[in-house]
Amino acid sequence: MPPFENLPTDLVLQGIFLLVAGLIVVAAVAVVTLRNIFHSALALILCFSAVAGLYILLEAPFVAAVQVLIYVGAISVLILFAVMLTERVMDPKMGARNEQWWLGLLLTAIAATGLGAIVGFAPWPLSKAPIINDQITALGKEFLTTYVLPFEVASLLLLMALLGAIIIAREKEGG
Amino acid sequence: MELLSPLVPILIIVIKSGVAIFALVTAFAYAVWIERRVMARMQSRIGPNRAGPFGLLQPLADAVKVLLKEEIIPQDAKVPIYLLAPAVSLVPALLSFAVVPIGPEIEILGQKITLYLADLNVGVLYVFALASVGVYGIVLAGWSSGSKYSFLGALRSSAQMLSYELPLGLSVVGALMLAGTLSLVQLVEAQKNAWFILLQPLGFLIFIVSAVAEVNRAPFDLPEAETELVAGYHTEYTSIKWAFFYMAEYINMIVVSSIAVTLFFGGWQGPFFPPAVWYFLKVAAFIFLFIWLRATLPRLRYDRLMQFGWKILLPLSLVNIIATAAIMVWQG
Repeated sequence: MPPFENLPTDLVLQGIFLLVAGLIVVAAVAVVTLRNIFHSALALILCFSAVAGLYILLEAPFVAAVQVLIYVGAISVLILFAVMLTERVMDPKMGARNEQWWLGLLLTAIAATGLGAIVGFAPWPLSKAPIINDQITALGKEFLTTYVLPFEVASLLLLMALLGAIIIAREKEGG
Repeated sequence: MELLSPLVPILIIVIKSGVAIFALVTAFAYAVWIERRVMARMQSRIGPNRAGPFGLLQPLADAVKVLLKEEIIPQDAKVPIYLLAPAVSLVPALLSFAVVPIGPEIEILGQKITLYLADLNVGVLYVFALASVGVYGIVLAGWSSGSKYSFLGALRSSAQMLSYELPLGLSVVGALMLAGTLSLVQLVEAQKNAWFILLQPLGFLIFIVSAVAEVNRAPFDLPEAETELVAGYHTEYTSIKWAFFYMAEYINMIVVSSIAVTLFFGGWQGPFFPPAVWYFLKVAAFIFLFIWLRATLPRLRYDRLMQFGWKILLPLSLVNIIATAAIMVWQG
């Protein structure tokens, strides 16, 4: 039994949603606009954490926990590592310019148009299905039955990335 | 009274959170006292025995002393992050205690009260997720202090914690498979007949070794190896900010002990005594184990530590999962 069922939950939930969504947008904008790349990385962590909040609002605690565990706890730490270990990356004299800005602009425009079209034309249906209680069991079963192929392909992809990283990082023999 | 009745559940949660935080901070203070006394005895010293009987008031004296110390902010510190780091270290430690079950439901004044703050169906993952957030406290502290010792300590520490998170997470999978749940409360109930230490001895061994490394305790306390790094990531911290790091370390130790008790030693279950007493005794035994290890074992060399994690603990934990799965399938 949810403990707060006597409260105006809809209102509270919407308030929380606006707060979380606002935080995501602000953090995401901060990631690309902040001058100091270390601060950008911190804003990215904030953004990832806020997305976990969104998953909790959607009653998907498993996805939320995994989001924190992997994106906040592992990937972002590696990003911070890369930033900290790169010399002079915090130097304000280092230009934040990219020679390929026009290509970036082009691709962003295409992506934005595509996303805008999807947002505009998608019907956004609300699922009537009841919330599953035992989400983790259900998720595990689906992964190993209906979606076993994508699941395995994803694992293979990760393995390839792992091997690739090792080969790049390995010192050249005799070099 | 009618109007206020929807607020009662919220009030209960607020009170429980307050009690939990107070209990954790007190437990931290006395864990330090026990550590100093026990280690002193193990090293043929006396330990703190002046403040109050058996030195029992020593934690209070320490707290006052730490609070009154001068606040120093290094010249090269990156200030907002430097001030944020101790909180980032402490808050996840406190939060992860929310899912630790101390006992089943009890009844006070006609209200059913559970002896845990939340029974998440992803409880175990929640604890691990928060543990991985705790790394940031150390990374940010080391980076923002503007000191080489802090920075090196932070790099070491985060590499160590990332490496040992893997075997830590994988070592409990066997127990989770046996119980068929991620909820800590249900995990305790699943051990009604047999504690999982009996069924998962290898899993427990990997868990406890990784746990010691995860909370940065000796013999895996490389991040604050005094002889090489002064005090590691918190070298440049003073006063209450330094105390926050200390508190985070000990509270993490208490949480990890609680998880070990919950996953492998039947949680609050036991004969004769009430559940909360059993929980407390078991956790105290683990804290003693942590202290004992610190007083006994010399610190590992850093490359050895990484090798041990990746080349021994990680494969072993995978073997444990496969063996558990095989036995479960074989037995139907």
